[in-house]
Parts: sequence; C-alpha cells; structure tokens
Amino acid sequence: MPEDTKIMDKDDVKRAVMRIAHEILEKSKGVEDLCIIGIRTRGVVLADRINECIKEIEGKNVPCGVLDITLYRDDLTLVANQPIVHETKIAFDISGKRVVLVDDVLFTGRTIRAALDALIDFGRPSCIQLAVLVDRGHRELPIRADYVGKNIPTNRDDNVKVILKENDKKEDQVVVEKGKIK
Amino acid sequence: MSQWTKHDLLDLEDLSKDELELILTTAKSFREVSSRDVKKVPALRGKTVVMLFFEPSTRTRISFELAAKRLSADTLNVAASSSSLSKGETILDTAKNIEAMNVDAIIVRHSCAGIPKVLADNLGPSIINAGDGCRAHPTQALLDIFTMKDKKGRIEGLNVGIVGDILHSRVARCNITALNKLGANVTVCGPSTLMPVGVEKLGVQVSYDVDDVISKSDCLMLLRIQKERQEDKFLPSIREYAKKFGINKERLKKAKKDLLIMHPGPTNRGVELTADVADGEQSVILEQVTNGIAVRMAVLFLLLGTKEE
Repeated sequence: MPEDTKIMDKDDVKRAVMRIAHEILEKSKGVEDLCIIGIRTRGVVLADRINECIKEIEGKNVPCGVLDITLYRDDLTLVANQPIVHETKIAFDISGKRVVLVDDVLFTGRTIRAALDALIDFGRPSCIQLAVLVDRGHRELPIRADYVGKNIPTNRDDNVKVILKENDKKEDQVVVEKGKIK
Repeated sequence: MSQWTKHDLLDLEDLSKDELELILTTAKSFREVSSRDVKKVPALRGKTVVMLFFEPSTRTRISFELAAKRLSADTLNVAASSSSLSKGETILDTAKNIEAMNVDAIIVRHSCAGIPKVLADNLGPSIINAGDGCRAHPTQALLDIFTMKDKKGRIEGLNVGIVGDILHSRVARCNITALNKLGANVTVCGPSTLMPVGVEKLGVQVSYDVDDVISKSDCLMLLRIQKERQEDKFLPSIREYAKKFGINKERLKKAKKDLLIMHPGPTNRGVELTADVADGEQSVILEQVTNGIAVRMAVLFLLLGTKEE
C-alpha cells in the first residue's frame, strides 16, 4: 500500500522561497542585471513568488519570464502522449544578464538540460543559475542547483508532488508518493 | 484538452471541435518562435518533409517550408514539371519512391480532388493536404480561423461573410466546415453562377447582396476570382464582378468599425477589393500570412512530434 508523506507544508514553502530570494540577492549583490525565468508550469509560480520576495527586500522587481521546454525535450520521439506546447514569454533580452532559472523539482536534470538549450537560443546570458524548491536526487546528467529549498532523499520510483495554490487550488505543500513512477 | 491521434491532415471534416481547438492553441505557442532572433527549435530534428506540388504555389509552399525548417526538420521540394511525372510515371509510383527514401511527411497539392486521400491510403508517411482541386485546403482555413480568433478573441457567435467564387473555392469549403464546428455563423455571397447548388446544406446562409453581408459581418473573407478555373464563362466580365462584388472604401462605410478584411491571397487588386482596402487598417491579409507559419508548425509538430502508438 503506497503511502503519501507530507515533506513541506505551506509555511515551509514560504520560508524556503524567502530564503532562496535572499540567497540570490546575496550572491548577485543586488538586482542589477538580474532576471528570473520560470519553467512551466510550477516553476513559473515559484519565479513570481521569488520576484515578490525580491521586491519586498530590495524594493525593486526584476524582469520575469516564462519558459516552455516541450520543443527541446530529448524524449519527444519516445513519448506516445502528445505533450501540449505552451507559450514561451521572455519579453526582454537575456544577453549579458544574470539569469536565474526556476523549477519546482530537480530530478534527472533532463528538464534543465532542455531549458539551458532553449535559453541559449534567446541570447548569451553572462551566467545561468538554477533555483529549485526540491532536490530529490537521481541525476542522469551533470547538473546541480545553485539554490535549493529542500533536499529530499527519495527512491527512484517515488513521485514528488509540489502543490501550489495558484496552480492546484489547494494549500501549498510538497508530498512524496511512494512507488508511483514505474 | 484532447489528445492528438491523427496520422494525416486531409480535410477539416475529419477533425473534431476539440482537435481544431488543439491545433489553434498549439499554433499560438508556436507564433513566438518566429519572433526570436534564432528562429528555430529542435522539436523535429532528424525528420524529413517532402513537398510534392503539382500546382503552382508560392505562399503555401514557402510557408510550409519555413514552418518545417523552424522546427529543424529537413525539407525538399519536388516540382511536378521537373520530375519523372513528366516521363509518364504515375503519382502513386512517384510518391512510393519518395516513401522508399524514408521520409516522415509528404505535403501534397494537386488540381485533382482526392489525391491526398489516395496517397494517405497507400503510404506510410503522414500526408498533409496543401490543396486538392476544389475540395479542401485545411491549413489555409486553420490560419484564417486562427487570425479571426486572435483578433476577436473567440469564434463562437462570430458572423463571417465569405464573398467571391464559392463554387471553385477549397478555402471556402474548408472554412465553412471548421467555422460551423466552432460555432460561427457563416454567410456566403457571390454571383449566382459561382454559387454551388445546394450550398445551404453545408449549414450556411446564402446572400447575393454584398452590401447587406458587409453590414452584418464581423469578418469578411474575400476569395480570389480564379482566372485559371474560368474556362466556362461564369462571369460576363471581371469588371462587372468588381462593380457588383468588389470591396471598396465606399461600401465599407456601412461596415462595423472593427470588421476584419481577410483574403487567402493572391489578391487581384481592383477585382475582389481595391488597393486602399487591401492596405487599409481593417485588412489583416499580411497577418494571415504570418500566422500561417505558426499554424503549419503546429500541424507538423502534432503529426510528427511524438512516437506513434
């Protein structure tokens, strides 16, 4: 019988996002040339929240973009279920910028690989950093996150579910479902 | 939203409302790609798309070719006049030879209705109809509808007037089919000689009074008078057509302020519409062309993007 374990609740998520915002600002020494790009779908919500925290701290927003990585996936020819392609919205030039890429869960690293390829098509940022709410291990590519909300040890076949109220109409939380991935 | 399961795109008749909406939504996402500095995504890398055109075409062929290239597919053109077809090979044999070279999609245009269907029934690659005779031209209708939806925010309840040579128009037929499925009200208008018998059975209203159609429409789609299909005298003269059905500034005074003027091209200035209307602020003719690439990218991606079950 698979059991679900709640790893983070609403307040944990809030604190993690706030800490990430602080860390980003500490490392970048302010908001100059900084921009945040969220990976669809939940990375977008997290990117917006990080941006709000940055505004709270520095009194200034940074440019915020949305990235859909469907067209850059390395498994397109392997999946039978057609993924829906969503719009990418990056309304500013990322060349020379310090880009912080935001996603909910870091797992195999393949999404991030696709996102990096996509970003490079938009310009040449001075650097790209990665912020994730959860790092659950089991990397298949040499990729690591610069800012992590929480490290969660998992089995390969566990499913880590990030629930955010903007997307899921439910209270923020992170849940591990045992043995859900085949 | 529904899953895409089709292998070919032959006619919009074959698609459900959900499938039509899936194409339109996907196309919206693809439009952004063409506005980038690097106008290319790797989604169809390694796929081969062959364009087999038996009828002249500039817009459609270039649009398909750019759509395929912007998805990183390889494309090649077969012009009927310089191929083995002129040496007596049948169309099916030519297509089978192309299939034997392991291509993934064949985009076909032919003056004879039903050729894409014959190819689809006999060949493995995905077949995309780029116009067959007077029957269908699905991607043109899709880009027309995409443009309407983009400008008006909806299709349901829109009043769409289609003016011109309805009889010979695959664009009109395809648009009528899809617009009906999506809930628009379509009125066709043109000289009675160019109005197919029983056209109202397609679920459209018929009018012979272009001024009345103009005053009621949200979108006005003009069709080219196809000189190449006018061997039998359907019209006393082009001039008479222009006088009775041509759209000019004077006629547009009775139109809604936000009327969209559309035309699938190529336009005959001074016949279907005057130059000041074609270049006027209500005209979205060139936006249709821009949107055509996004729509064709969406179609190619949906047909070729993922593994077949």
